[in-house]
Amino acid sequence: MQRIGVFVCWCGSNIAATVDVSAVSEALSHEPGVVFSTNYQYMCSEAGQNLIKDAVREHKLTGVVICSCSPRMHEMTFRKAVASTGLNPYMVEIANIREQCSWIHKDKAAATEKAIILGRAAIAKVHLNAPLTAGQSPVTKRALVIGGGIAGIQTALDIADAGFEVDIVEKQPTIGGKMTQIDKTFPTLDCAACILTPKMVDCAQNEKINIFAYSEVEEVKGFVGNFHVKINKKARYVDTTKCTGCGECTEKCPMKKIPNEFNLGLDNRRAIYIPFAQAVPKVATIDPDHCNMLKNGKCGLCAKVCSAGAIDYKQKDETIEREYGAIVVATGYNPIKLDQYDEFAYSQSPDVVSSLEFERLTNAAGPTGGTLLRPSDGKHPHTLVFVQCVGSRCSQEGKGKSYCSKICCMYTAKHAMLTREKYPDTEVYVFYIDVRSPGKNYDEFYRRAVEDYGVHYVKGMVGKVTPRSDGKLMVQASDLLAGEQMHIEADMVVLAAAIEPDKSARPLATMLTASMDTNDFFTEAHAKLRPVESPTAGIFLSGACQGPKDIPDTVAQAGAAASKVIGLLCKDQLTCNPCVAHADQLMCNGCSSCEKVCPYGAITYEDKEFRMPDRTTAIRRVASVNEAVCQGCGACTVACPSGAMDLKGFSNSQIMAEVDAICKM
Amino acid sequence: MNKFDKEQILHTSGVNVLKCMRCGKCSATCPSYDEMEYHPHQFVYMVEKGDIEKLMASKSIYKCLSCYACVERCPRGVEPAKVVEAVRLQVIRRQGANHLTPDDIPALLDEDLPQQAIVTAMRKYSK
Amino acid sequence: MIFSYYPGCTLKNKAQDLDRYARLSAEKLGVALEELEEWQCCGGAFSMGRDEIASKLASVRALNAAKEQGRDLVTLCSACHNVLKQANDAMANDADFSLRANNYMQLAAPYRGETQVIHYLELLRDRVGFEALKKAVVKPLTGRKIAAYYGCLLLRPSKVMGMDNPENPRIMEDFLRAIGAQPVTWAMRNECCGGYAVMEDRGLAAQKSERVMDNARDMGAEAIVTACPLCLYNLKKNTLKEGRLPVLYFTELLAEALGVKD
Repeated sequence: MQRIGVFVCWCGSNIAATVDVSAVSEALSHEPGVVFSTNYQYMCSEAGQNLIKDAVREHKLTGVVICSCSPRMHEMTFRKAVASTGLNPYMVEIANIREQCSWIHKDKAAATEKAIILGRAAIAKVHLNAPLTAGQSPVTKRALVIGGGIAGIQTALDIADAGFEVDIVEKQPTIGGKMTQIDKTFPTLDCAACILTPKMVDCAQNEKINIFAYSEVEEVKGFVGNFHVKINKKARYVDTTKCTGCGECTEKCPMKKIPNEFNLGLDNRRAIYIPFAQAVPKVATIDPDHCNMLKNGKCGLCAKVCSAGAIDYKQKDETIEREYGAIVVATGYNPIKLDQYDEFAYSQSPDVVSSLEFERLTNAAGPTGGTLLRPSDGKHPHTLVFVQCVGSRCSQEGKGKSYCSKICCMYTAKHAMLTREKYPDTEVYVFYIDVRSPGKNYDEFYRRAVEDYGVHYVKGMVGKVTPRSDGKLMVQASDLLAGEQMHIEADMVVLAAAIEPDKSARPLATMLTASMDTNDFFTEAHAKLRPVESPTAGIFLSGACQGPKDIPDTVAQAGAAASKVIGLLCKDQLTCNPCVAHADQLMCNGCSSCEKVCPYGAITYEDKEFRMPDRTTAIRRVASVNEAVCQGCGACTVACPSGAMDLKGFSNSQIMAEVDAICKM
Repeated sequence: MNKFDKEQILHTSGVNVLKCMRCGKCSATCPSYDEMEYHPHQFVYMVEKGDIEKLMASKSIYKCLSCYACVERCPRGVEPAKVVEAVRLQVIRRQGANHLTPDDIPALLDEDLPQQAIVTAMRKYSK
Repeated sequence: MIFSYYPGCTLKNKAQDLDRYARLSAEKLGVALEELEEWQCCGGAFSMGRDEIASKLASVRALNAAKEQGRDLVTLCSACHNVLKQANDAMANDADFSLRANNYMQLAAPYRGETQVIHYLELLRDRVGFEALKKAVVKPLTGRKIAAYYGCLLLRPSKVMGMDNPENPRIMEDFLRAIGAQPVTWAMRNECCGGYAVMEDRGLAAQKSERVMDNARDMGAEAIVTACPLCLYNLKKNTLKEGRLPVLYFTELLAEALGVKD
């Protein structure tokens, strides 16, 4: 018989306001095996932990039940406290009477009754607990960063700076991401290229950093400290070791009319191209969808002009397999498509542009060389209307995004300000629902747009844009403060499109078994306390893949993710989770069901000799679990038809004891 | 504030006025804006506040064209036109409160006027 | 292909062309439109009041009649289509309304929105197919620049009407292409003509119609097509004579292209 202690936490008023904690500790004191039961205001505090330690020693406890918050919050805290007394930490069970009881109920009597039942279940389980010992697994001292935008770049640089190897996988031909397309950055207005391109070069030159550009992650296996990753390096049809990036081929290629994605289709590129002058790696890439040579074997001009002999039409995709200790997701964002918002006439007029397109139209390296010209006729625009929240804060099903995209208020203020500064003859209107500028020097920045640059901020929304044949855009909008409907003859309309996670994020999350929210943003392990870690061990989050973020926030988070990775890679060994699967080989019938469902590849089969009746033996095929690889998810225990698979710490008998305790009234 | 009127309007319209985030897109898109004393976003807000009498007394309720532009374009799915309709119903359901009667029709006819215009106006303006 | 057909009151009176050309064209395309026997006027506008029951029953009767015939119900007038479609949606999805309506009507079997309501344009797109239509054209309207006018009722509320993208539709443009015409891109195609307000405030309707007419003309249209008798009336009657474009029912152009216009 176990000697069990019960500790009921008030969590201040979080639990105590809804659950009668005294009644709970009193009721549980009568459960079989319980030799001590008490309640305390904050069990996780030092005094609370001491209370537990003292009771373990004084009452010679062999099992501990703590009725408190979710085990995700403080299970480790209490295990450590108990371990310090010499009792095995896996003799601790948590009954979650906060998230699963006090926070979700109003009626105190009912909540108290439920808390008692949850406590009883935990006690029933502890009776069957056995001491467990955690094993160790080695750590591969290399990190993988998926995504080579500013988030991935900063994370990689910081990890490399600590002396660890790091690989960047970027699906585009160059690293740099969205920031390469941006002209200036708020709130200090430094040029994005001037602060980004040196970092890109640093990545290329850092001997610890290896860039796999034009590549994608194809498969991820393994677990924290020991990930095995397959990377598909797409064929560029250019030998990157020979290409000097001279650009001769990109001038001679006869396929001239391919929309240039770097300039968002505002101008054209060739079939062989280098995205922009500062690309890293600065090598050419052939677009196989448009190259005549690759499509029908006619042309070959680029090979003729390449003095380095770098063109290789026979190049194939290449699979690279690497081991990593940690993986950082930095897959970034994209603006949403605007086809559901054609009341703003985006599809009807080239002069209605998205904010990212506007960046290109004002960027010195953009299609207009940095002079703001209307895409339709190349004329200088005089009246510009900026529309905020296009698709953001939109709860209409199947249309926009219910969240605030966070960056639009500030970049719109920047666009409006820079337009007025460069072209004082312009009238600039910004239609806003709320101006959200909570950041250091952010509100001051927005106020400067209004007070120093005379941007017209109008509280209201644009309802309709009607293009006219003379190129004017008739904007109909509400001015809620004046209580009138406005009609503006505009030359350009700029739409602050909502941003969404990159489409590659969802399949990647599946590969990583990392969780996502309904908007496909990666979920953090704890919204406040573990913001750069995924709940899946060894997976870290950097930048807008976790939520909309501007550059300062992204860089800060990228550094934070790097420090978590460094903390992991510093260790030579990781303590494994001892709650792993175990096969009772006498019961195993060798059906392979468990092997098929195991997401970690932890189960293998072996032929083993067993003693049979009458002194005979037989060779049988049975399952065997690699405890270093098993993550304790329990899928195999559900799949096993013979009941041979069981999970240590969560055995079938323990779970059933809990269920029985709950059902027994 | 007339609590009964507000409840009745919420019931008839089926609209949750609390979903409004005050962006004003309904009033930005409304083709009848200049004809109205109270505008679509004000209908939503004033019903939320319980300020119903002013709306019921206003000619604005006869100016909504039921074109559904505000319903379609509201980012929060508030459906302001349904609120306007509910306030109008609240008025014309009262004894003798029809805004248009059959006796008014002959004077409004011309040779091309489609039946659709007459039946729609009758439906909108009278019970 | 046999369909039940709901013409509506205006098509029997002031909008006979809309109806006649639709029937002639359907016949040419091998589509049988069988008019419901005892249809009643839909009322012209769907009452948005959820507690308005009686004013929606005429629509429900028509919907149920089609159900009893086991056929999809084709509409033509934008207003009828809008009302029938919304009434059908309420019968399917508003349990309270559906219960009350069925209690009133005491049908042989309760009606729960089973009938598929399709607009004549959807019939052309989804059942006949614009490709097949293109092949059936004998007198293509080559070079004719036409503005497709949707107005408000065909597309909105889109979550019920489900015909097309409400802000960037293409069904009418695709139709125009199929009969050889050249559709014009114009933003006012889905804005209101002023509608029934013409009864109360002719000035308001005139202002709205003028904006629509002005935009179609400005963007280079030679004519406007519509599926709505009230839009046609407002655009023809309530716009300035100078610069007024011809306004036609889309079925008239269809009949012309198919060579069945008398």
